[in-house]
Amino acid sequence: MQNYSFLSLARNALTGHKNWQKAWRSPPLKEKYEVVIIGAGGHGLATAYYLAKEFGITDVAVLERGWLGGGNVARNTVTVRSNYLRDQSIPFYVKSVSLYEGLTKNLNFNMMHSKRTMVDVVHNYPKMRDLRRRQLTMDIYNSTYEKISVDRVRQLIPALTGGGAESRLPIIGGMVHKDAGVNRHDAVAWGYARAADALGVEMHQRTAVTSLLRANNGDIHGVETVKGPVKAKKVVVAVSGHTTTITETASLRLPLRTMNLTAFVSEPIKPIVDVIVNCSDLGFYFSQSDKGELVIGGAPDSAQSFRRDIKQHVFEDTVGAMLELFPSFKNLKLLRQWGGHLDITPDASPIMDETNVPGLFVTAGWWGGYKAIPAGGLTMAHHVATNSPHPLMEAFSYNRFKNLDYILETGTTTAR
Amino acid sequence: MKNLNRLESGGRIDRSKSLSFSFNGKLYYGFEGDTLASAMLANGLHVIARSFKYHRPRGIIGSGVEDPASLIELLEEEASGNNLCTNVKLKEGLKAKSINCWPSVDFDVGAVVQYFAKFVPAGFYYKTFKWPTWHLFEPFIRRAAGLASAPKEPPKKGHFESRNAHTDFLIIGAGPAGLLATLMAARSGAKVFLVDQNTEAGGSLLSLKLNINQKPAMAWVESAVKEIANMSNVTHLQDSTAWAYREHNLVIINEREVENVSIIERSWRVRAKNIIIATGAIERSLVFPNNDRPGVMLASAVLTFVNRYSVKPGDNMVLFTNNDSVYSYIKDLKTAGINILAIVDSRKHIASAVLAEAQNVRVVLNSIIRNVNGYKKVNSVVVQSLVDKELETIPCDLLAHSGGWNPVVHLHSQSRGTIKFNDRIASFVPDQFIQNSISIGACNGTFTLNEIFNETKSLLCGVSAHSKPLVYEGKLECSKQSYSIEALWSIDLSKEKNKAFFDIQNDVTHDDIQLALTEGYSNIEHVKRYTTGGMGFDQGKTGNVNIIGMVAKEQGIDLDDVGTTTFRSPFIPVSFGSINGVREGSVVLPFRHTPITKWNLENGAFMYEAGARWRRPGYFPIGGESFQQAVNRECHAVRTGVGVYDGSPLGKFELKGENVGEFLDLIYTNIISSLEPGNGRYGLMLTDDGLIFDDGVAFRIDKHRWFISTSSGHSDAVYQHMLKILAFDHPEWDVKITNITNQWNNATICGPLARKLLKKLETDIAYDNGSFPFMTFREGHIADIPARIIRVSFTGELSFEINVSPRNMLVLWERIIEEGTEFGILPVGSEASHVLRVEKGFLSLGHEVDGTVDPYDLGMDWLMSKKKLDYIGKRSVHLRRSLGKVRKELVGLLPNNPNDAIPEGAPITPDGKKVATEGFTTACVWSVVNERWVGLALLENGHNRHGEEACVRMKDEIIRAKITKPVFHDSDGKLLRS
Amino acid sequence: MLLIHCPFCKNRNETEFVYGGPVGANRPDPNLVSDEEWVDYLTMVPNPMGPVYERWWHARGCDQWFIICRDTVTHEILENPSEEP
Repeated sequence: MQNYSFLSLARNALTGHKNWQKAWRSPPLKEKYEVVIIGAGGHGLATAYYLAKEFGITDVAVLERGWLGGGNVARNTVTVRSNYLRDQSIPFYVKSVSLYEGLTKNLNFNMMHSKRTMVDVVHNYPKMRDLRRRQLTMDIYNSTYEKISVDRVRQLIPALTGGGAESRLPIIGGMVHKDAGVNRHDAVAWGYARAADALGVEMHQRTAVTSLLRANNGDIHGVETVKGPVKAKKVVVAVSGHTTTITETASLRLPLRTMNLTAFVSEPIKPIVDVIVNCSDLGFYFSQSDKGELVIGGAPDSAQSFRRDIKQHVFEDTVGAMLELFPSFKNLKLLRQWGGHLDITPDASPIMDETNVPGLFVTAGWWGGYKAIPAGGLTMAHHVATNSPHPLMEAFSYNRFKNLDYILETGTTTAR
Repeated sequence: MKNLNRLESGGRIDRSKSLSFSFNGKLYYGFEGDTLASAMLANGLHVIARSFKYHRPRGIIGSGVEDPASLIELLEEEASGNNLCTNVKLKEGLKAKSINCWPSVDFDVGAVVQYFAKFVPAGFYYKTFKWPTWHLFEPFIRRAAGLASAPKEPPKKGHFESRNAHTDFLIIGAGPAGLLATLMAARSGAKVFLVDQNTEAGGSLLSLKLNINQKPAMAWVESAVKEIANMSNVTHLQDSTAWAYREHNLVIINEREVENVSIIERSWRVRAKNIIIATGAIERSLVFPNNDRPGVMLASAVLTFVNRYSVKPGDNMVLFTNNDSVYSYIKDLKTAGINILAIVDSRKHIASAVLAEAQNVRVVLNSIIRNVNGYKKVNSVVVQSLVDKELETIPCDLLAHSGGWNPVVHLHSQSRGTIKFNDRIASFVPDQFIQNSISIGACNGTFTLNEIFNETKSLLCGVSAHSKPLVYEGKLECSKQSYSIEALWSIDLSKEKNKAFFDIQNDVTHDDIQLALTEGYSNIEHVKRYTTGGMGFDQGKTGNVNIIGMVAKEQGIDLDDVGTTTFRSPFIPVSFGSINGVREGSVVLPFRHTPITKWNLENGAFMYEAGARWRRPGYFPIGGESFQQAVNRECHAVRTGVGVYDGSPLGKFELKGENVGEFLDLIYTNIISSLEPGNGRYGLMLTDDGLIFDDGVAFRIDKHRWFISTSSGHSDAVYQHMLKILAFDHPEWDVKITNITNQWNNATICGPLARKLLKKLETDIAYDNGSFPFMTFREGHIADIPARIIRVSFTGELSFEINVSPRNMLVLWERIIEEGTEFGILPVGSEASHVLRVEKGFLSLGHEVDGTVDPYDLGMDWLMSKKKLDYIGKRSVHLRRSLGKVRKELVGLLPNNPNDAIPEGAPITPDGKKVATEGFTTACVWSVVNERWVGLALLENGHNRHGEEACVRMKDEIIRAKITKPVFHDSDGKLLRS
Repeated sequence: MLLIHCPFCKNRNETEFVYGGPVGANRPDPNLVSDEEWVDYLTMVPNPMGPVYERWWHARGCDQWFIICRDTVTHEILENPSEEP
């Protein structure tokens, strides 16, 4: 893999930037691979990378319907954090955060990971109690969360001028999550793809999978694509939002519902907020990108949808909530908005497991799956390579629903 | 006050109204009808801003929303960050300044970046700034980015508003197509909503001097506007932009010029049966070296400044084109006194009729612009012949260019309509319509007036939303026009040293796109994201198609196969204030009040939201009392005398019908149907996956009438749950439910002296324990007020819940306080209620019931009927428990040190070690009856661990506590039955 | 924001309604099904790309629950769906 540094940049500058290698190759599609991963989004690419890097499995093809990195990794609010409630979840996200922090170095690609802390703005006492519970539970897993005063909240977020004592929702305090950060989503996809490619993994864009193929004994046998059949004994489905569309072709039903989550950005402005702001009582959160845009997320639309759309009333509610706390944003302008779909399980925690179709693995049910990309990829790779789940993913088994054994996380950001 | 570049006459400005404005601190003058851009050009201002990355000087390029570069920041009253000066109406006293430059727009230190441009190609940051850490570089990058500053304060004057409208036809765009469509639709009697983003109707006719029926086209426009102004079925908005096209034909409009001056902007949500998109077309840039220099403008913009604003953007001009449209401008430009030195046309041949329009101006065919000289203003251009590559330098101060026209397909695309590439006009045009809409005119790829009118007439004939057919009776004879183009996405730049820009705002050059393709970022989405092309304030309205064209050329594929990036809303940036409209303050999340909110406030209550938007008193501190002192005092009153609280927020429902008994047996875990009239029962509701959903009481009024009460927080959810079951699972049942939460308020008097107080209040109900026992209710009067009194208890004391109608609530409350004074009555807030229920081990939703527990976990399995074959949740509770998994169960906690408080939520771990939790503290309060801290917890296997020690793990300490039964007061319940 | 046709109140904005999920299997008699069938009923819902029957509650209107058939891709509400839920 070509090294990226100031030096290599300078060297290439002198030759007119003509000698840069392709970030990934475009090899012909083979008939057979050891592992096929459906979906070149964050989780698919990370799984491919760790399969090659950690387990030496390089005969891997990532098949992508559209363009590489065009999954939900292309349309999210890039918040990385580990302030979860349950023992099953916290260590998983702690691992993910730490992997993110080392990703720039390990992939030789600048993820621009900015560990800039998240501030939860709290308006009611039950919420404060809930966050306190999180704080003490997170401490067990070395994730940091601290209670701060209203004054400190305002110091950290100078633009927060609403929420005074006489307002509808007075701020009563806050929590600081220092481990939280933001980074550059395209870089995550491209960095994983480039590093996986260097290890021998093949990326195939515009190669839609039309169905899963099963052998006579029921085991997974490969996939049918628009470019013909591809054999593989192990297939990973990593197609957030479209999981059931794929798995139903193998007569496998999964407890998933697809819905729409939207986000939007403001016009680019000079730095105005240095932390990630989360106002879960009001249902919005945002951070400022390095480019200067405020990246704002709100509540999902509960209705089932496969359409990347904006629900006007959901959007207006989010804007209203934001202006209540940040009235100076009234004259700030909306620049761009978009929607993505995600599939959600009955307990809103993910499924990462081998299904009851032998050889068919799914990583699905991600709601806020961006932060989980590194740990999700690593643990899925472990499962695929060793045929046994990684300890950090055990709780997120497919079988938990058979026993109605839920992992209920009530989110700290509206969209987890 | 003379404007340097203002023409003597003409234009659509009002020369009688002179307006002053300041730019970068200097005072200038313009006229009513100017945009900030036209006024700046009139005053000879050319360098308006600096570019995003290289800080190169940027001038005015377009004349409207398409302008990619002329960003300024508005100050003071109008304060807002990035604004295109082509889009800002001139107002008296307007103050603007340049963005992204220091110390000034004329001398910007940041421009030094261009000399290092080689070292900062597209995506350079992905390859660098990694060592030692990104955090070292990030602050500098952030400060450099971001363009304008955000306003520090909300607008000082005025407010925003929103409105809804329903219409038969929404017509977007009041150019020739939109106006004709409006006339046709409106004359048929249909309801029409016409919206246009310009300050006046006319669209392209405001700039192009064409004739309709041998008269100036604007005369036709004016008569059309006049006609529709008199039609009551037409709503006509100018200076208003349709920026989003949502599902089910909903369009969102931002109206900027509102008749009421106190309204800053208004947002419209318009739902239309038919939508007619007539949004016109935007001129495309040409890509050549230094195409960003101030003085390089879109040809259509030059014409607009001349004809509409009466401003001459330059004296000596060269035109560069690949299509016919500029030829028709020659007459007007010459009339304005502009010296046209040459028309450089990249095509080999043009039609003779087109050539005739050049009026003897030199036309240089088969040639391109090779370079532009001048740093802050064009001073000459280099023309190159494509035949012999010969170069010719032509001195000039203005270069106008036209790369063709992009139909504004944004709204069509947002509506989920598809687009396809049309070779004839070298542009993307609408293909399939998904929603009930059509595109007409230039936005449909139809560029000449005659064709536009014909197309409008024929396409509208097919629209059948209204009973009458849409026809246009009159004649429409138009000036002759023609249009042809040969695509030119970029001139050949293979050996070029100078920068040629595809995205003038984000400084995306030819080299950047080449680099993206070299590195394999070959999908158009990759190119966009890698180079940031088209991601600026203008969202690439003039440049994106060139990028697509170039990628297609490089890859040897069709533009359709490259595809476009997504056209996302908003069409233009819109203020969050207008999107939000009137949602402000108390309207954001309205409080729910009870009739005694005012009394509470007057009596010193500390009020806050206590779930479900109810505003309730937390406690009633007296003097300088602390929280704990106040709560203790209130608890003490209830335990030893009498207290009163407002239980009005409890969810209350009356159920009527023959099958109510069966229904309640289905939704509660225990048997309710066997109740005798006048009696009630405490019950649990589960979800069908076997988790506790709500708890409350159910009473039978008579044979077919019942009422139930639920927790305040869940009452809406319970209502929904009940109606859903009746609608879908048991439509055959006769059960009618009325939500009476707001019809009955209640004051609950509780404490050993409650009965004495009742006596003093005077009631016609027999209230001795024999005739009115626990868990019964009686109807009658109290203090002469009709009341329904219920004997339930959430405090563990003798308790009467007195329900009255809201109009009597305050009267009752004040009587209770008055008569209770002699018994030391105190109003009790929700904090004291919390203490009292913890002492009793009564469960609370949100504390013990956190969405994971079943009745067994709480020791309430006695409430799960064994006789009933089915009730909601039964099967799931048993299924889950059949696995024999260790469950977290409700226990009491007595801290070893009675003065140790355990924070609510604190985890319990084995021996207090730093390992996975085995439970957590759900509540911990200072118990007035025990004079110590007592807690409740959910603990693994807790029911079998009474007497053992639990270790609450804090960050720096371990709090040890004895595990007990979860009840600390009156464990056999004698008091509440007393 | 959908325009939902309430059978009682005609076309109203989505903001007046509460979404009640897709129509899955009818609630079986819990005493007559296996564990697997019961869990299936609780957790599995139709998730098609295309028309799906779903429940809506006119919470800020007539208070009635009803079923519509809506396409999850186009969001179009089908007036005459081909088959019953």
